[in-house]
Amino acid sequence: MTTLTIPTVSRPAASPAQRNLLRDIRIVMTRELKPVLRDPFSLLFGMIQPLVFLGLFGPLLRGSMGAAFGDGVWQWFVPSILVMTTLFGTSTTGANLLSEFQTGAHERMMVTPLSRSSLLIGRALKEMVPLFGQALIVIAVMTPFGFDLHVDGAVIGLALLAVFGIGLGAFSYALAIAVRKQDWLFWVVQQTFLFPLMILSGMLLPLETGPGWMQVASKFNPLAYLVDAERALFAGDVSSTAVLWGWLAALITAAAGLTVGIRTMLRSAA
Amino acid sequence: MISTRELTKDFAVSRTETVHAVRGISLTVEPGELVAVLGPNGAGKTTTLRMLTTLIAPTAGTAEVAGYDVVARPDQVRRQIGYVGQGNGAGHSQRVADELAGQGVIYGLDRRAAKLRAEELLESLELKDLARRKVSELSGGQRRRLDVAMGLVHAPKLLFLDEPSTGLDPQNRANLWDHILRMRAQYEMTIVLTTHYLDEADSMAERVVVVDHGQVIADDTADALKAELAGDRLALTVAPSNHSAVRRLAEQLPGARDLAIEGDEISVRVTNGPAALPVLIGGAQRLGVPVAAAQVHRPTLDDVFLTLTGRSLRETGTNGKAAA
Repeated sequence: MTTLTIPTVSRPAASPAQRNLLRDIRIVMTRELKPVLRDPFSLLFGMIQPLVFLGLFGPLLRGSMGAAFGDGVWQWFVPSILVMTTLFGTSTTGANLLSEFQTGAHERMMVTPLSRSSLLIGRALKEMVPLFGQALIVIAVMTPFGFDLHVDGAVIGLALLAVFGIGLGAFSYALAIAVRKQDWLFWVVQQTFLFPLMILSGMLLPLETGPGWMQVASKFNPLAYLVDAERALFAGDVSSTAVLWGWLAALITAAAGLTVGIRTMLRSAA
Repeated sequence: MISTRELTKDFAVSRTETVHAVRGISLTVEPGELVAVLGPNGAGKTTTLRMLTTLIAPTAGTAEVAGYDVVARPDQVRRQIGYVGQGNGAGHSQRVADELAGQGVIYGLDRRAAKLRAEELLESLELKDLARRKVSELSGGQRRRLDVAMGLVHAPKLLFLDEPSTGLDPQNRANLWDHILRMRAQYEMTIVLTTHYLDEADSMAERVVVVDHGQVIADDTADALKAELAGDRLALTVAPSNHSAVRRLAEQLPGARDLAIEGDEISVRVTNGPAALPVLIGGAQRLGVPVAAAQVHRPTLDDVFLTLTGRSLRETGTNGKAAA
């Protein structure tokens, strides 16, 4: 037997018997971050995007709504920008999974011992890392313009965004998996949901000046509660009931997103 | 290493239509075997592999892989096996070394050990110079070698390869197989692969499981399958006036059947061609029949498939829906 003459290689230590969900999430998240860190230019570009929006939309908002806001316009608009960045970042994240679905990388990971939920949570959390960077930049840039930073509120606000982002990211993955055979549908559905959600959240312009039906519709939009909560938190009003509603909306979104996402993922192999 | 009983998978295509992708496959694979599952597209090869690798649950039947039931303990099965799917396991936007080391971390290596392990595999699969490249920049053959490396990171006892060399040119296929066979010897691995390349199953596998319409229709070594189901074909070129004499000789050869005459050539299927040919030529010479040319055609697995199903594997390639 020729096989006996070739020295056999010792097997590396077997994987731990007990999987640790946090470890798995970190593995998935680190993997997702690698291409971003390897290509810092894309990161830099992504970092300044919210500033572009602040710089171009902010002055218009101030000009048209200045009477209502006065100097508080940045206090009102900076939390919006952070929610918007989360919204765009996590709702498009399914597109990454879509390409990994098509190449086979996702399938490869499904055969590893990684826990199924870590595949979604890790990916969604990855979107939050640049968000934290963007938040720091936005806050640093806006402080000289009269933006008043409340550290405790800001920290809780970012945590709240992370929870909401996991849920939205998971929905985005579920969508990507559901439409994987007609991938152009991903963008159609994503855009169809994105803009109504965004406008009906009072993120860009206050809904108070809109017609009654819009205000009613916003009551069914989890994003609206999130925007209100973020505004309260960034104003330093940590104990506001708006914050409670925000957490409720974020947790429900996360729970529903993960349930739908994992169920879709497990069914997708068939 | 693998033991399945009546493994079955149905896919509901619509409310009224169900595809029976796999219909009761019972299969046993012993440790150390190299088994090729051969069959046309849509035969159920990939579906079977996906059940064995925990990607999909069987509709009925049971499968034990590396000592664990695929439905009851998918987590344990996943820890024991390596899997190289039809697609690229390495993400296209990732760098080669990152992805390989990351796979090691997934299987429980610490970062340092995973990095060393990745370097070792890149070296032995001749990918070392590409370590810092993006996966999307690799050629098809390089990417496939990386896929195999990904499946080997944890030195699994059992490796599944789903159409490992599809889409590669002959040189790259041969190169990939060199690597797979060397790794197999090094790690004492059991390997199960699917293929629709006849020559690949023929030359690489020690055992060939022929699958058609979701069922195992033959299971043996390639040589045994060919000897039992197809047989060698002898062809002798002699003057037509001597055909009847040669024909009588040919009919006496062990396992002689399917005698045919075409022009000057008289051909016959026999059990053992290389042994029968000298007998036939010697007999002809004793009768004073000059033999102008003589050939032994060894059968291919396609001949086996043809005998079993009445169809050629080459022709069925595009028929039938490929059940994912």
